[in-house]
Amino acid sequence: MTNKIVVDCSTGDVQEIALTAEEIAEREAMAAEYAEQKAAEDAKKAEQATAKKALLTKLGITAEEAQLLLS
Amino acid sequence: MATTYTLISSVTVGSGGAASIEFTSIPADYTDLLVKLSGRSSRSAAVAEEFLLTFNNNGSSYSEKQLRGDGSSVISQSFSGSSIQQVAQPGAGATASTFGNWEFYIPNYAGSNYKSISLDGVTENNATQAYTYLEAGLWSNSAAITSIKFSAGAYLAVEHSTAYLYGISNA
Repeated sequence: MTNKIVVDCSTGDVQEIALTAEEIAEREAMAAEYAEQKAAEDAKKAEQATAKKALLTKLGITAEEAQLLLS
Repeated sequence: MATTYTLISSVTVGSGGAASIEFTSIPADYTDLLVKLSGRSSRSAAVAEEFLLTFNNNGSSYSEKQLRGDGSSVISQSFSGSSIQQVAQPGAGATASTFGNWEFYIPNYAGSNYKSISLDGVTENNATQAYTYLEAGLWSNSAAITSIKFSAGAYLAVEHSTAYLYGISNA
């Protein structure tokens, strides 16, 4: 059973409560949305790495040499 | 400079972990809120995993802009959706028994404007890949914030994760 912790700030009571079916569904939906955005982020990162590599090849220099130029 | 800094409530996750930590019935007595969160995700083989932040159990109208370092590069990016979703904590793939450290500042939480939030945090990992975050968040909702929830996504906040909620008054 998966629990959530709820702290009632008006009383100080702390309760561990089992998730409802609706909360489980909401949790899965939020996780799916995050996974989707994370995948997009990873794809963007891979695309940038590929473009960077292609540019270095075109310029005929290494990443270290490019770094030196920018320093 | 704030003249008062009051601990409203705190919680430590017990054995078995928790899917979420939620502060409810937050009093409107203060000017700003501050949350300090130290967490770790149960996600196996992950160096880091996100916790998700929502207010008032409302799952819409969140956006965030982020500057993130991962130990070898820096990236700037934006997100929007059903939560503030880039609250990374160490996962089970990070150095054992380490926890992330985050701070959330929420000014004018009880007012009727949209709610801005500044976040900064780090994951922990005794290796190159560890994350540092500086973020600006916005909840485009005019309701007073009466509850704050940190969800561990599809995973759990592990035992010994902690959250402290402070109220800050400007007078």
